[in-house]
Amino acid sequence: MNSPEPFLGATSHTPVRHHILSVLVENKAGVLARVAGLFARRGFNIYSLAVAPAETKARFSRITIVVDAESAPLEQIVEQLDKLVNVVAISDLAPKDALERELLLATIKTNVDSRTSLLDVVGTSGAAIVDVDAGSVTLMLAGTPAACDELERELENYTTIELHRTGRVALPRLGKAATATIPD
Amino acid sequence: MQLTGAQALIKSLEMEGVEVIFGLPGGAILPVYDPLIDSSIRHVLVRHEQGAGHMAEGYALATGRPGVAMVTSGPGATNIVTPIGNAHMDSTPLVVITGQVSSAAIGTDAFQECDITGITMGITKHNFLVKSAHEIPRAVAAAFHIATTGRPGPVLVDIPKDIAQSTMEWWYPENIEELDLPGYHPVVELDTNAVERAIALIKLAERPVLYVGGGTLKSHASAQLRAFAERTGIPVVTTLMARGAFPDSHPQHLGMPGMHGMYSAVTAIQKSDLLISLGARFDDRVTGKIPSFAPNAKVIHVDIDKAEFNKVRAATVAIRSNVAAVLEAWDAAEAMPQNLEVWWKEIDAWREAYPLVYDEPSDEGLLRPQFVIESIAQAAQPGTIVASGVGQHQMWASQFWKFEEPGTWVNSGGAGTMGFGVPAAIGAKVGRPDRVVWCIDGDGCFQMTAQELVTARAEGIPIKVAILNNAYLGMVRQWQEMFYDERYSEVYLSPDLPDYVKWAEAMGCVGLRATNIEEMHAAIATANSIHDVPVVIDFRTDSSEKVFPMVAAGASNDDIMVHPLQRESK
Ligand SMILES: Cc1ncc(C[n+]2csc(CCOP(=O)(O)OP(=O)(O)O)c2C)c(N)n1
Ligand SMILES: [Mg+2]
Repeated sequence: MNSPEPFLGATSHTPVRHHILSVLVENKAGVLARVAGLFARRGFNIYSLAVAPAETKARFSRITIVVDAESAPLEQIVEQLDKLVNVVAISDLAPKDALERELLLATIKTNVDSRTSLLDVVGTSGAAIVDVDAGSVTLMLAGTPAACDELERELENYTTIELHRTGRVALPRLGKAATATIPD
Repeated sequence: MQLTGAQALIKSLEMEGVEVIFGLPGGAILPVYDPLIDSSIRHVLVRHEQGAGHMAEGYALATGRPGVAMVTSGPGATNIVTPIGNAHMDSTPLVVITGQVSSAAIGTDAFQECDITGITMGITKHNFLVKSAHEIPRAVAAAFHIATTGRPGPVLVDIPKDIAQSTMEWWYPENIEELDLPGYHPVVELDTNAVERAIALIKLAERPVLYVGGGTLKSHASAQLRAFAERTGIPVVTTLMARGAFPDSHPQHLGMPGMHGMYSAVTAIQKSDLLISLGARFDDRVTGKIPSFAPNAKVIHVDIDKAEFNKVRAATVAIRSNVAAVLEAWDAAEAMPQNLEVWWKEIDAWREAYPLVYDEPSDEGLLRPQFVIESIAQAAQPGTIVASGVGQHQMWASQFWKFEEPGTWVNSGGAGTMGFGVPAAIGAKVGRPDRVVWCIDGDGCFQMTAQELVTARAEGIPIKVAILNNAYLGMVRQWQEMFYDERYSEVYLSPDLPDYVKWAEAMGCVGLRATNIEEMHAAIATANSIHDVPVVIDFRTDSSEKVFPMVAAGASNDDIMVHPLQRESK
């Protein structure tokens, strides 16, 4: 959102300065605006944000927010979020305790020469081809943010027509504390 | 029982014990104004919606009960945005009802449509756009619950016109569960561990200060504060938001800290080894330059809102609680600091060297504004409520009025909203008709909301307004004099334009003018003898007067400037 510079993920050579907040919210009109508005007004930076209904109960959604823990103390971000009446629970995942995944979709222009090498990239990165026509290929990768970063770098050698990333979702690694659970 | 949404709304307000609504009708809220005719609730018809909001605030500050305002959609709603923002900054419990265009028209730029829930998202504690008549009782009950529990604040309920007109089967939530607020948990159990750790700090303290903020008033903890302070002998300072939480006449009271605080209050904080913050939030007007604020103090931070902890100043011990419960727990444990004799000796020396002073009142030139306030205070009966605008007059009112009990000081602290005074005084008088209510106002502030004196006259709300007419936007003038080389830019207002006496009379009030000491005493006496209509006094005051002490914006509290009369000795 207000990212000061492109965020390359917590790979081994980038220092960890992000935190993942898994925020359980009431599934009500305007909730996303309340959360986004809070970040904007308090000057907290967001790297990515993903929203979807949580588990089975349609009353709640889960917002996974990757926050820049340098733009403000994490405690302030969490406590201010917690004051929003529609926010039910917040859990803070340190990157080392989190399983983070992201989806990348990209449509790449191809010709006879580039297609073979592109297929190599697809193969080594673990991506999959999801659509093909005479002049282009759409591929998909579901993986760690670092794997998505890596694939994005590889694709710089090709002509990208469109590339979308979802922003990450995360769960705690097994044995770590669970994320915010839905109240009964 | 079948009711319309409008009837359900009024009935819900009755269920919440509302005795008065401040408001002004219009298209989208029309359906709700019809059943109001048959309700026991009093309605005060304002002349501008900003007035409705500030009246509701004044009512809340004087009574401790939530204030209620009701306005129409679009411009009615945007006109009340300033009071909502003001109440948000000062944690004042308000419930604001706004009409909205019909559900089907929302999003079409319909006549008088505006996204008031969007506009007020950042300046309300919460807001609701009601989607069905059935939801009205829940929304109203939830609004009052949220506005008045935890850290209080304004809550807005937006009601589309078709929903007010549709019907519902009457019901009312019977308990908090039925409010369906799974994310709202205002009350927590007192953390006894934190209470113990705080006691350990208190026991070691040799230079403690009780830094009392508005939260102490909000949690009705004045009695507990006094008991704790008297048992421990710890000095007390009360912020602008907490004036009245501890008697000004009390020997342990050092007065107000901050930018225009008492020298002894500011300096005691600076030199303290333990700041006990009770419902205060380390506002920049109190801390000055943050790195040099109370540099040697450990901090016990008591607040119901845990987002205040470590926001500005790191807390050594943070206790999430209302203030009263913590003070009771400390008293029960008989928490005592070290012997404070040496500390008090130092403090008393500061008090003696730098009391509040101003130039000798004289009949040469215009009135001294500080003397006017002292004279009004002297002639006022105990328990008088004082409201103020924002500016020099506000600081002088806070400094020179002696507040003895909670709910007697009604002011705009966090937002500093000019024009707050007159309508807030009206609201306070509606809530406390048994009390005399004075508004100490500035000439600039008065011109922003004076039209509400028409409301006051029409509704029989006899407040008294003292305009400290210095012909200037005085506080801004002071800064231009001190920090912009006396380059006065757009601050002159004129003492005679408008003619405040004629204006007061045109609004059905008694208008008086005082240009010298004799006229001043006479005008105050006249005002005190009038009990049926509002009185406005135009006090002609000296525009060169400045508020002291002063800590310049962004400066360290150590660099406090005392009154020129005291500078030699410093
Ligand atoms: C709505 C609003 N506009 C502007 C200001 C900035 N401001 C603060 S004090 C002040 C001057 C107030 O003048 P007056 O009411 O005459 O009071 P005085 O300082 O002269 O006592 C101004 C313009 C404000 N606080 N609020
Ligand atoms: Mg003035």
